[in-house]
Amino acid sequence: MGHIQISGLNKEFVNRRKTRREEDLAPFGQTVPVLEDINIEIEDGEMVCFLGPSGCGKSTLMRIVAGFDHQTSGSVIIDGKAITGPSSDNIFVFQHSGLLPWMTVWQNVELGLRKIENQDEKCEKIQEYIEMVELDGFEEHYPHQLSGGMLRRAEIARALVVNPDILIMDEPFSGLDFLTHMKLREEVVNMHQYLGKTILIVTHDIDDALVMGDRIIVFSRRPSQIKLNRKLDFSHPRNFFKKDTELAKLRDELFFMLGVNYAV
Amino acid sequence: MNSAFAHKLAPFLSFTVLVLIWEIAVRFAGLDSHVLPGPSQVFFSMIELIKNGAIFKHTVASLFRVTAGFYLAAVLGIPIGIILGRNQTAALIFNPIIQFLRPISPLAWIPLAMLWFGIGDKPAVFLIFLASFFPIVVSTTVAVQSINPTFFYVAANFDFSRAEVIQKIVIPAIIPAIITALRLTVTIAWIVVVAAEMIAVQSGLGYLILDARNGLRLDYVMDGMIVIGLIGILLDSIMRRLGRIESAAWGIRQP
Repeated sequence: MGHIQISGLNKEFVNRRKTRREEDLAPFGQTVPVLEDINIEIEDGEMVCFLGPSGCGKSTLMRIVAGFDHQTSGSVIIDGKAITGPSSDNIFVFQHSGLLPWMTVWQNVELGLRKIENQDEKCEKIQEYIEMVELDGFEEHYPHQLSGGMLRRAEIARALVVNPDILIMDEPFSGLDFLTHMKLREEVVNMHQYLGKTILIVTHDIDDALVMGDRIIVFSRRPSQIKLNRKLDFSHPRNFFKKDTELAKLRDELFFMLGVNYAV
Repeated sequence: MNSAFAHKLAPFLSFTVLVLIWEIAVRFAGLDSHVLPGPSQVFFSMIELIKNGAIFKHTVASLFRVTAGFYLAAVLGIPIGIILGRNQTAALIFNPIIQFLRPISPLAWIPLAMLWFGIGDKPAVFLIFLASFFPIVVSTTVAVQSINPTFFYVAANFDFSRAEVIQKIVIPAIIPAIITALRLTVTIAWIVVVAAEMIAVQSGLGYLILDARNGLRLDYVMDGMIVIGLIGILLDSIMRRLGRIESAAWGIRQP
């Protein structure tokens, strides 16, 4: 389960900031349209990457799907039911760590399993997921004692342990060093192939989207509309530098679409 | 020199210099002991007070009042602060009242305190309560309001109940700020107890000082001041130790 139907979705913000930081922002007290007529259907088990200029409303859309925020109009229907609020079927992995800093890795992973009465079963499950993200030995560490990559892993373990239908990741690799980024990306791809959950990923990194996505959705500048909604039928592992010339061509196209004329 | 050793030595050194300057000032300025008694005289009268147990009796009396007033303030102030921090309507209604009462010195309440509670421990405890209550409420409210909103999203995502949000998010999130607030507040309470004991009671360090002044025993007055200073340091270090408990500090080692 994890089918998402977004239809005719609009989102407006009321500008509460007195100083205007950006030219196109409305004056104080007026509404700013952020998302305009968004229609997306996401299949169960699909990994969808969202690209777009910063401030275009990708994260806002994710927060609406997670139930943290509400659309101005339109609907989001998950498995036939309109969302009413946050739920553990639908876990959000935060850009800046969402781990609770006063709890150890173990206690953080335990958060979603509070209702399991059987202690043995609970411990076994926590241990399994901590091992899955290769954090065994760090169970009693507090978040501030972990590196950036380990923080993401711990949060992914905490998300997966409740067996959600949908995983929403807001720029999951931002701020990581290059190698950690590559490794974690590979692991998310493996995890997706192994567990087959619906995963929504917001990213700025075109290569992330190309390497990971079953589908790429590109947003325009605010008010955002969908500029591109394209399936990627390439097998994993993907490598656009050598074999898949079609993938390489698409990469150039995407760079161009996002305002970079000469892709590296 | 070993720097850890130097750190421990420095306070003793500064106190020794202070006492030396004090002794020299008294001897060479030829000050009368009714104006400023010298360190040696203060030292011997302190031994006198220790021998007859007076200093202990008064210290215990003061500590009891501070503990009672401060404890009451924390027990009431922290939950009220949490409510004001979580509930905007409550904050809108009660914040103006708190901000109005807060700057009124507890000493201004002395006449009312005596009228309401008579003499004895009660008015003193009430004054210490007032002195501690408002800073605790305000610090708690601010601490709750500045909790990273991400944590509340996490709580919602994992289906936390209201009670769980308070217990697992709000309380642990504000503990470091609360400990700092308590540390500052206990100092205020300790300052106020001396003033409170100058009225309507027959015990406590404040009473000792007032009584000694009436008997023109400035050496006893200074003994009282010294004990007040030492207990102040002790209270502060107890509160600082609280902040080092691992779970309270989120596992972050504090200096």
